[in-house]
Amino acid sequence: MAYGTSDAHGSHDHHPSGWKRWAYSTNHKDIGTMYLVLAAIGGLVGGLMSWLIRLELSQPGLQYITDLQFYNVLVSAHGLIMVFFFVMPALIGGFGNWIVPLMIGAPDMAFPRMNNISFWLTAGGLVLLLTAGFTAGGPGTGWTVYPPLSSNEYHPGPAVDLAILSLHVGGAGSILGAINFIVTIINMRAPGMTMHRMPLFVWATLVTAFLLVLAMPVLAGGLTMLLTDRNFGTTFFKVAGGGDPILWQHLFWFFGHPEVYIMIIPAFGIVSQIVSTFSRKPVFGYLGMAYAMAAIGVIGFVVWAHHMYSVGLDVNTRAYFVAATMVIAVPTGIKIFSWIATMWGGSIRFDTPMLWACGFIFLFVLGGVTGIQLANAGPDMAWHDTYYVVAHFHYVLSLGAVFGIFGGFYYWFGKMCGRQYSEAAGRVHFWLTFFGVNLLFFPQHFLGMAGMPRRIPDYPDAYSGWNMVSSLGAVVTIVGTLWFLWLVFRTFTAGEKAAANPWGPGATTLEWTVPSPAPFHTFEETPRIAPEPAH
Amino acid sequence: MFKRFAWIGAGAAALAPAGSGPALAAQPLPWQISFQPAASPVMEQIQWFHDFLFWIIVAIALFVLALMCYCAVKFNEKSNPTPSPTTHNTTLEVLWTAIPILILVAISVPSFRLLYFMDRTDKPEMTLKAVSHQWYWSYHYPDHGNLNFTSNMIQAEDLKPGQPRLLAVDNEVVLPVETNIRVLTTSEDVIHNWAVPAFGLKVETVPGRTNESWVRITKEGTYYGQCSELCGLNHGFMPIQVRAVSKQAFAQWTEEAKKKFAANLEPESVRVAQAR
Repeated sequence: MAYGTSDAHGSHDHHPSGWKRWAYSTNHKDIGTMYLVLAAIGGLVGGLMSWLIRLELSQPGLQYITDLQFYNVLVSAHGLIMVFFFVMPALIGGFGNWIVPLMIGAPDMAFPRMNNISFWLTAGGLVLLLTAGFTAGGPGTGWTVYPPLSSNEYHPGPAVDLAILSLHVGGAGSILGAINFIVTIINMRAPGMTMHRMPLFVWATLVTAFLLVLAMPVLAGGLTMLLTDRNFGTTFFKVAGGGDPILWQHLFWFFGHPEVYIMIIPAFGIVSQIVSTFSRKPVFGYLGMAYAMAAIGVIGFVVWAHHMYSVGLDVNTRAYFVAATMVIAVPTGIKIFSWIATMWGGSIRFDTPMLWACGFIFLFVLGGVTGIQLANAGPDMAWHDTYYVVAHFHYVLSLGAVFGIFGGFYYWFGKMCGRQYSEAAGRVHFWLTFFGVNLLFFPQHFLGMAGMPRRIPDYPDAYSGWNMVSSLGAVVTIVGTLWFLWLVFRTFTAGEKAAANPWGPGATTLEWTVPSPAPFHTFEETPRIAPEPAH
Repeated sequence: MFKRFAWIGAGAAALAPAGSGPALAAQPLPWQISFQPAASPVMEQIQWFHDFLFWIIVAIALFVLALMCYCAVKFNEKSNPTPSPTTHNTTLEVLWTAIPILILVAISVPSFRLLYFMDRTDKPEMTLKAVSHQWYWSYHYPDHGNLNFTSNMIQAEDLKPGQPRLLAVDNEVVLPVETNIRVLTTSEDVIHNWAVPAFGLKVETVPGRTNESWVRITKEGTYYGQCSELCGLNHGFMPIQVRAVSKQAFAQWTEEAKKKFAANLEPESVRVAQAR
């Protein structure tokens, strides 16, 4: 999709300086940068927790973490931080804020002040969650916060309340951010950019924003009920008062399943941009790709109870959820094959972003096919709550969404900071991470097949072999992460000046028409998109 | 009496893998990469289904990998300097929508059959009730004079040779083979999950609810499982141990167990009253 644009970068960069520039920021690029920094902090803290978990699990017995509540807090906080304060701020808050206005030729987001409060609410959520971890033993409930374990009887003290408030605050930030994206994308596209000509990353952000607006309030409602159960004597989830703990699971997963698509759909968008750019071809089957994401979003709302096959649902209910869940494979398959068809016949350059995108496609397929297995309620009884599930969702998230984040980072880093990373160093980072995460997560399929339950601090001795291999994989990812931090540091201090478009003729979206780094204000004059060439 | 009995149970568990005929000790083995051996019709069918689905998903993954490798070789910058402008191919798009649908239908037929087969048994011959507590199990045999007892993990320092760490318990569940057993579960406190991988059983224990499943054990032996829902501090330390014996041995065991756990046999109301 080639856009002809009028010249749109005659900006005179005057903006507040010092801390006010950031704290009071209403600029989509600055807010995007702050989201990325928040995501980096969240990712490092959540990653550190996972490495502590892998350290403890590297051999049988309790060696390093003898406080079992602390182990459960690590497991819970790792999940919550990675979901709410790493993947979401990076993909939606970070790349969404930075790139969506540039891609649609808008001068900024529709509600710049709301953008500011979205960010600070999210940041406040992370602070609250970390506070929860250090208060009254911490919340050892898992990221799913199932009552009765999360009720005041089994988790007295303020830790779970703080975690609930953290999700409330972070969730409010997400809802406001999502409204902002919807309004911006619908109203502020440059003339000529019809909905069906938006870049796929913009489509992905739009679908994600709708998922957020619909799913987050359900979580907020459930959390409020849990909060009043804990503090004000209500009994929504308490059997003694006529409540039902399974109700929480329905509410949580009604949010929780769309949430996994909230994390992966923006990565779909990024991968589409990268594959098209580096194959020097427009995306194959553009409309199919856009509507596949919309379909995944819609179906994602009606499959939640496949997380609950063992809780005692009626067998017909389970049969429905099996069927609905398997349907998701169809639009997902369309996306996978369309990416490959985009590459087919292309003139592909395997620069670092393309490596991450290809890694994403293959590893997402691996996580996807184990998802097909888990969708079947019958055999799922062999896998439910085992490491098979851990392997599955880390393949689609830790190797899917996170590969999307890194792909997007290398793709747009030059545009954001004005300096180009070292290509060789980027490739080393990719291969270290690719090798590390596969070594880390692939053996977990074996552990799950053999029956090892999730969320246990110690395991029967027979599981020690693959656990040790898995922990070695974690060591490799630590090396990869340190390498990445060094790479970022080197890029800032010694990176070459980035060109406006470092990727050549394949990069056709509007962000490549503005200089690197993108000036403080862009598109003060609205660009005009050339009419679509006749087919 | 108590001590002697526990020792016999432990001895049987230790001897089982040494090859006493059909006996089986289903527990994870080092470097295992697949399921534990099946000991129930349900698990046999799960294994069949897994093997069936496994080759489908391996084929899909290899197909995608092959396509990507082909692209990398044939369509890289050097081999193909001029990109093709193709962006649509209706036939192709219809095919890659329709073929996955057919594959999914093929998967769903045996999947639904298995799901309905697993749900419950029409003709239960006896009932076992498993009740979860933080952090141990109690078992009730309502068809055998309300025989009931609690089952705690054996601490590492108290293990006898042959007892697997974190899996062996003091009072194991004893069940007869070749019997349709209805399994009921509930919980006294938080949600736990009663799971025995070799049986393909995994039943959430939810306070205020009674969940039903079933098992028909096909081979004598000792089987192990672990709590499969995060339930607090000692979640990893409330294992499940089931010894499957012949029907005669089971009848004999119930008589011995009624004597051994005689104190538990009083009606619940009496015990509650005494406790007050």
